[in-house]
Amino acid sequence: MIQLNNIGKTYRLGSTDYAALIDIDLHIARNEYVALTGPSGSGKSTMMNVLGCLDTPSTGTYSLDGEAVAGLREDELARVRNRKIGFIFQSFYLMPRTSTLDNVAQPLIYRGLPPALRQTRAAEALERVGLEHRMLHKPNELSGGQRQRVAIARALVGRPEVLLADEPTGNLDSKTAKEIMALFSELHADGITIVIVTHDPTVAAYCQRVVRLHDGRIAEDRRQAPASIVPSTLVTEG
Amino acid sequence: METHVQPFPPSPQPSPLKGEGVMNASYDETSRTAAFLYAVQECLRSALGSIQAHGLRSFLTMLGIIIGVASVICVIALLQGLTQSVMNELQGLGGNTLQVRAETPVQDRMRGKTNRLRQSDVEQIKFRIDGVSNVTPVVYPRFSAGIRNGDNSTAAQVIATTPYFQLARQSFPKYGRFVTESDDATGRRVAVLGEQARLDLKLPDNPVGQFIQVGREWFKVVGLMEPRGEMFGQSQDNYLVIPYRTGLSLSGLAGQPDINVLLTVDDIESLQDVTLRINALLRRLHKINAGQLDDFKVESSQSLAQTVSRISSTITIVVAAVVGISLIVGGVGIMNIMLVSVTERTREIGIAKALGAPRRFILMQFLIEAMVLAMIGGMIGVAIGYLLSFGAASAIPNFPPPSVPWWAIAGACGFSALIGVLFGILPASKAANLTPIDALRHE
Repeated sequence: MIQLNNIGKTYRLGSTDYAALIDIDLHIARNEYVALTGPSGSGKSTMMNVLGCLDTPSTGTYSLDGEAVAGLREDELARVRNRKIGFIFQSFYLMPRTSTLDNVAQPLIYRGLPPALRQTRAAEALERVGLEHRMLHKPNELSGGQRQRVAIARALVGRPEVLLADEPTGNLDSKTAKEIMALFSELHADGITIVIVTHDPTVAAYCQRVVRLHDGRIAEDRRQAPASIVPSTLVTEG
Repeated sequence: METHVQPFPPSPQPSPLKGEGVMNASYDETSRTAAFLYAVQECLRSALGSIQAHGLRSFLTMLGIIIGVASVICVIALLQGLTQSVMNELQGLGGNTLQVRAETPVQDRMRGKTNRLRQSDVEQIKFRIDGVSNVTPVVYPRFSAGIRNGDNSTAAQVIATTPYFQLARQSFPKYGRFVTESDDATGRRVAVLGEQARLDLKLPDNPVGQFIQVGREWFKVVGLMEPRGEMFGQSQDNYLVIPYRTGLSLSGLAGQPDINVLLTVDDIESLQDVTLRINALLRRLHKINAGQLDDFKVESSQSLAQTVSRISSTITIVVAAVVGISLIVGGVGIMNIMLVSVTERTREIGIAKALGAPRRFILMQFLIEAMVLAMIGGMIGVAIGYLLSFGAASAIPNFPPPSVPWWAIAGACGFSALIGVLFGILPASKAANLTPIDALRHE
């Protein structure tokens, strides 16, 4: 599914090279639920960018769903992002002026789908995250948790190979964070591959597998029993 | 917006969103053309949305284009209106009328020489040129004492001519009669008035039988001509027709009278031919050698019309070009605001790129936004310019109504769109060339 071999990423800061990732080998199978953790500066974000095809590694090979993506040109990377990856960001990154439905439908525009089909799919995705009653609201009319659900629906709408979440609960209170994590667990149970980048151990606790980065290298890669899944709708107290 | 024909129904939906990777990517393939059209539609929608979201700013951005287009349209409308009214006037003169008049080339004028047509030239044209009718001499005598009716006077032009004048000019009396052969033969003191001259002299509606003073002589009014309206804001009815010989005898014998010849060509097809024959005849009569310039000029109302339209289109082009420069200034304004807009929306661009928007989509999105902005400005400008031209035309007394040709509207809108695209290229490529990571990181 995701196969990283020998990945290195070097940034040039002024006249010195800074190695953000060194010799990373990682395999993530279909329907795995992985937390990518580590202190700040450990290379988490770079790792996330490489995994999400937002950035290309300096060395090594990256195969996503059988396609070698390390050496692709920008527009090919855009296609890969559009079709195989669903992004979820810490600060949601929704379009402020457009409705929830249009926000969710946005990735499908770049696929060239007709408007009616885009809307049907977006509505289905919103239903999946329990926001079918908020379709025509603007993001600023929604709570933080609802906004993140919209973002998750947007990530799901294209039926990607993998969901890639970057500190998805970083801007949420602990109760809402639990609801969001419960939603991720449900999605995982439905068979979706999820990679969550986080520094928060309580978030990592929900995952099956924790990959800890330190100074650009994988310091730890362990499997664990995930924290119990509480259906989001039943959460009452933190 | 959603009036699209769907190329395929969204019906066979496999259980939604369950199981990643089940769906093959090719499931979502749309034909290239359709995808492009959807993209254009989406870009238009987002452009309108963003223009609407920043209403005041968008308006100020368009202001340069609005002012530029409005002035172009206004100027063209006024010029075209003017040209059209002149052309209508000239058409009224009759396309088959020729006018022969003396012409003094600059070299002759510097020698103090003034060329004149002679009485014999009129006779020669009448008898030697075939296929012409209504050959009539015309002189414009001046009377220092003016034209008066008691205390009322007029600056009307005095036209001394023969009965054929009314046929040559297609202009006939409304009341009474025109000057006749016998008036001319006996040098009778009779006058036919134009409408404006009658008004100036404060004569009754039907002035036939009244007496007026032309110079020091008393003239009997025998007729009133049909009114002809205005051209260039000047009345075409401010004249007074008297018999040719009367005019010659009264204008004094100091110097040769400046005789003009009016005539009509029987067959309009032979206009060119007749013109050439008159030319040849007069050159021979005036003993002009080959290589020497004519001392006369043969003009048709057609050639006048051509001259007017040539002058008018030259002025139109020059003015439009000068004012068109303001459109370029407007374009710079659009570029400026679009650059600001790209910076402002860097995050938005980053999100779009992260979600898989290809470079060309972002490029097109901003190009279309600049183009839509400029085109809306252009259309507002056309509307304002249109109103402005009517306002200006009615503010200037006697100005003909403006006319906005379709090519000016199409040209103004097209040119603004072009300006939008040209000046949108820089901001759009700036947006398209952002890397997704940098754009997302942008605060």
